[in-house]
Amino acid sequence: MRMAKSAIEMIEICEEMQISLSEYAIRREMEDRGVSREVLMEQMQETLDAMREGATLGREKAVYSLSGLIGGDAFRLEQYLASGKSLMGDGIIKAMAMALSSSEVNGAMGKIVACPTAGSCGILPAVILTAGEQLEKTDEELVMGLFAAAAMGLIIGQNATFSGAEGGCQAECGSAAAMAAGAVVELMGGSPAMSFDAGAIVFKNVLGLVCDPVAGLVEIPCAKRNASGAVSALATADLVMAGVGSHIPFDDALGAMYKVGKGLPEELRETALGGMATTPTGVALKNKVFGNA
Amino acid sequence: MANVGVFDVLGPIMIGPSSSHTAGAARLGKMARTIVGRPIQSVNFLLHGSFKETYKGHGTDRALVAGILGMNPDDVRLRNALDIAKAKGLKVQFTPADLGDVHPNTVKCLITDEVNESWEILGSSIGGGLIEIKEINGDKVKITGEYTTLITCHEDQPGTVAKVSGICHERNINIAFMQLVRSQKGQGATMTLELDGQVASDLTEEIKKVPGVSRVILINPLGGNA
Repeated sequence: MRMAKSAIEMIEICEEMQISLSEYAIRREMEDRGVSREVLMEQMQETLDAMREGATLGREKAVYSLSGLIGGDAFRLEQYLASGKSLMGDGIIKAMAMALSSSEVNGAMGKIVACPTAGSCGILPAVILTAGEQLEKTDEELVMGLFAAAAMGLIIGQNATFSGAEGGCQAECGSAAAMAAGAVVELMGGSPAMSFDAGAIVFKNVLGLVCDPVAGLVEIPCAKRNASGAVSALATADLVMAGVGSHIPFDDALGAMYKVGKGLPEELRETALGGMATTPTGVALKNKVFGNA
Repeated sequence: MANVGVFDVLGPIMIGPSSSHTAGAARLGKMARTIVGRPIQSVNFLLHGSFKETYKGHGTDRALVAGILGMNPDDVRLRNALDIAKAKGLKVQFTPADLGDVHPNTVKCLITDEVNESWEILGSSIGGGLIEIKEINGDKVKITGEYTTLITCHEDQPGTVAKVSGICHERNINIAFMQLVRSQKGQGATMTLELDGQVASDLTEEIKKVPGVSRVILINPLGGNA
């Protein structure tokens, strides 16, 4: 099979072969690694299981990070959900709770799936699992959704970066939300071109988002950016399924993301030397954690 | 980033909190341990860029040591690695450093092994838990853990490369990527071969017999979630 170097190529290949993004990712991986479809399905099911665990733990009981900077918010949202008072409805609240849960488990040095990174580990599980519940999808279908997300990730990884130290938060949470939106579009019956449109729209909306972790820890503002990324992904999937396209195609949007990321000053690329990290409160929190006050 | 796979994007399954600063660091440590290939007495980690600024908060120190101890990024003992090292008598030290024009997440491991041999291994965590070892004892290499990687240190003389690649040919091993560098004409040279598929470990023994080859290191792929 021809290997796509860009979104436009991947869309062409999928159209030529009449296959989905997930099927592309599976065939490519089988060829590249010389493994069977069964092995890949099993590995992705393990990935889904680990995602589900991380997205659940913090909702069942309050989980706090080792530093104590964050924690208990997923549990708070879960209780809010049960109260039935939410403005935006169950799906969105649950997605935010799941995203926060994974982020809290991560901060607690618990087990998560970096998807694509640990700092952005809440977004894809929250989006896939919430969409799965709304759409009544089986685990087999969700596994396919994850392969679709990975297909878009292959293009991002080849042409840009997932690293906050290189491209800011837009490269981490932005990529996660783009991949998640693309995956949900496929789960909802959208075409590969529509999935990439969803990815492009997400990147537009996070362009310039900096990486500015308070105390250098993947906690503040990362956890809330995971909640926000999950909402953005779900909303964008709805936009695209309603027939709204992206005027700027995915490859262009991705190129812009990468260029903007490289243009960010070092202070705003995971060094904890700018943004929220150096606000008076951010500095005070850092001193509290590391005792440098 | 070069050839990214599905489980590089969705993975690794790991202990938090940071793929580049925790999981990648654990992989760098483990790769350094594999390269040395002998029990390690002490390591001084020279930390550069974002590693230098944020290593404590991300558990980069614990993860690097966990890797040196042979742990994978999803090992729940990772968070106690510093205590485990102390109990095992492994001496570790962390030194902020400027390593020049390298990736922001870079570490140079100054290692002393059990026979008092010194090693300098430089590697970067390039995002999402992916790593690249770039230098061994000052020689440029490229080890990503994606392929089976064979490294030879040998005298810079005609025929050595042909003999090594000939042995691969005889064993029907395909060379995917190849890099050859020498420190000085006629002196030492280092070759990195990335190979397709799994390779029997006795390949190392056979290549060691090639005249002029002083050291052979064989590194297996890290695998999807390892």
